[in-house]
Amino acid sequence: MSNVGTNNLPCPLAIDDVTVAYHRRPVLWNIDYQAPAGKLIAIVGPNGSGKTTLIKTMLDLVPRAAGEVLFFGEPYHAQRHRVGYVPQRTSVDWDFPVCALDVVAMGLYRKIGWFKPVMRSHRELAARALDRVGMSDFSSRQISQLSGGQQQRVFLARALAQEADLYLMDEPFAGVDASTERAIVDILRQLREVGKTVIVVHHDLQTVHEYFDEVVLLNMRLIAAGPTAEVFTPDNLRKTYGGKLALLDQLGEKMALPRP
Amino acid sequence: MTSLLAAADSLLDLIVRAVSLRDYNTRVVIGGTTLLGIAGGVVGTFLVLRKRALAADVVSHAALPGIAVAFLLAERLHPGSGRSTGWLLTGALISGLLGMAMTMVIRRWTRIKDDAALAIVLGLFFGLGMALFTVVQRTKTGNAAGLQHFIFGKAATLVASDVWLIASVSATVTVICIAMFKELALLCFDEEFAAARGFRVMWLDSLLTLLAVGVTLIGLQTVGLLLVVALLLIPPTAARFWTNDLRLMTLLSALIGGLSCGIGVILSATFSKLAAGAVIVLTGTSFFVVSLTFGAARGWLPRWRSQREFERRIGRSDLLRACFEYLEPLLGPSAPMRGELSKHVIPADRLRDMRPWPPARFDTLTRSAESTGLMVHESAGWRLTAAGADEAQQATRQHRLWEIYLLTETDLDPRLADRGADGIEHLLDPQQLAHLESQLAESATFSLPPSPHPISGAALTRWNQPDD
Repeated sequence: MSNVGTNNLPCPLAIDDVTVAYHRRPVLWNIDYQAPAGKLIAIVGPNGSGKTTLIKTMLDLVPRAAGEVLFFGEPYHAQRHRVGYVPQRTSVDWDFPVCALDVVAMGLYRKIGWFKPVMRSHRELAARALDRVGMSDFSSRQISQLSGGQQQRVFLARALAQEADLYLMDEPFAGVDASTERAIVDILRQLREVGKTVIVVHHDLQTVHEYFDEVVLLNMRLIAAGPTAEVFTPDNLRKTYGGKLALLDQLGEKMALPRP
Repeated sequence: MTSLLAAADSLLDLIVRAVSLRDYNTRVVIGGTTLLGIAGGVVGTFLVLRKRALAADVVSHAALPGIAVAFLLAERLHPGSGRSTGWLLTGALISGLLGMAMTMVIRRWTRIKDDAALAIVLGLFFGLGMALFTVVQRTKTGNAAGLQHFIFGKAATLVASDVWLIASVSATVTVICIAMFKELALLCFDEEFAAARGFRVMWLDSLLTLLAVGVTLIGLQTVGLLLVVALLLIPPTAARFWTNDLRLMTLLSALIGGLSCGIGVILSATFSKLAAGAVIVLTGTSFFVVSLTFGAARGWLPRWRSQREFERRIGRSDLLRACFEYLEPLLGPSAPMRGELSKHVIPADRLRDMRPWPPARFDTLTRSAESTGLMVHESAGWRLTAAGADEAQQATRQHRLWEIYLLTETDLDPRLADRGADGIEHLLDPQQLAHLESQLAESATFSLPPSPHPISGAALTRWNQPDD
């Protein structure tokens, strides 16, 4: 694990001693991690291990009890334009009266600015992003009429439209068909080729070796992180998935109880 | 008879007077409430999509104690000034916002869920308001103050200054919604992404609430606090049945809102016994019922019709394919080329046995095929016409190509999955098609390639149900 990214650029993502708690119950403990630049990185861990929370706290969507997150050496609000976010597909109501292109254009709203309408040039940018994920035939289709895999691609295109340097994706492979999975992997590789860093919450242990250069094993605390070949070992996986970390659980329970 | 005519005549005169806006006051009231309806429709669109529809109801109910307190306070300070609209609306605004703030606090700091928080605040404030109203009724001027108009609404009591207030608030609200259209849309669709992109969700939410509060307050006098929520909810809900596009939905919602209010006020001005608020809401509800039934995007009738059309197409293609499959082993592979398909009669019972059709379904299908000139009925059974033979051959070919395609390309491209077999030529490039054709030719020594899936009776009976 190196502390600096390649080419002397600041590390795309540095997580320093982050702890997150919901209602005083800790869900992430002392997470420390520096992401190397230009890699495809998987965050892996069992359900409820805090993968999504980790992504959300990086983006300041979930408050931290302690710790700091830096993107390219600065806090998130200063580097927002360089960070693309793909939320879980199930986090929104797809029965919303917009078409695929409208959703992708949402990735440009920040760039367009307050009060200004979406112009033709923005729509063209959005159309190009849709084309990259193989969805140009569907740009005017209402989003509830898309399949799960197609919806996922639309979400991906929305992040791509933003032209970020670091992408955070929450379960992009969850519940998608084989060809969408292939399309997403292709995109990830294209992004890596042009030097972007991609961090993906991933649930399919079988494909970790094939898809990702780096892996972060997470279960409330950081179990291990580093190059997939070194870190993604049976031993580490057992530590991540086996044994429910009884001690931490008990401690968490105690802290959630009201103090006398 | 003459009295009936005279009544009709005077009624007509009333309507003409209301519609032609001859009365200055009626004209002003109609204009103001129409603007109110437009603003309600526009804000309501976002409120409904944000799933905060009930919040508006809380604001309007929470306004009641504020109105009572404002009246009592004004009477104490300047006796006789309690009825002034400015005083009362300020009171309504303060207590409405207080109610809204309380739901936010409950939501934020306790584990009480949204709906419960809204219900608690609504009950608390409305109860308090009713209690204060009994106090108001006991004061000397209270009885005549007409505060009950705020509960049930009375458009006729509006004076020009009220209408100017309504018009300016409505216009402001509408303009803000249009200016912030994309931000509000993003908030409603994906608040988390909005927050990650640096939009202040709290700020946008408060703005939306404030806009809804504005419409609610100016709607109080016209439709009353019990019904004002309908101004915000009915137009967008009706508009949603017509379109899947947010821009169009907002426009339609504004139109429905404006028309409901305009027509409602005209009707209540014509029939002076009808309360404007009730008529406005009932007009809006009529628009809703019409939209629910006929709405092009998701109305009941268009959906029912397209479902029926789909079933009819499948049934027809099934029947023709059954004819082809019956004739195929008898006539050999080149029968279609020699035009023999239409020369043979298929015994009715043999045809019926080709699929697990319920008898009624089979009769419907054959009757429809006969009336569209695809089959003819003869004493020995059914015979395909030339057109029917062509279509049967086409249907069978496409069905088989599709099945082979599904079998060979197991990880079907999802972009194609929702298309029917009859579109296959448009989906595949010529090379793929030629490949599939060759596979079809290989397996087609016209012992049929077995269907890769059992054609279950259950699936067919499901198709049948609407016909029964």
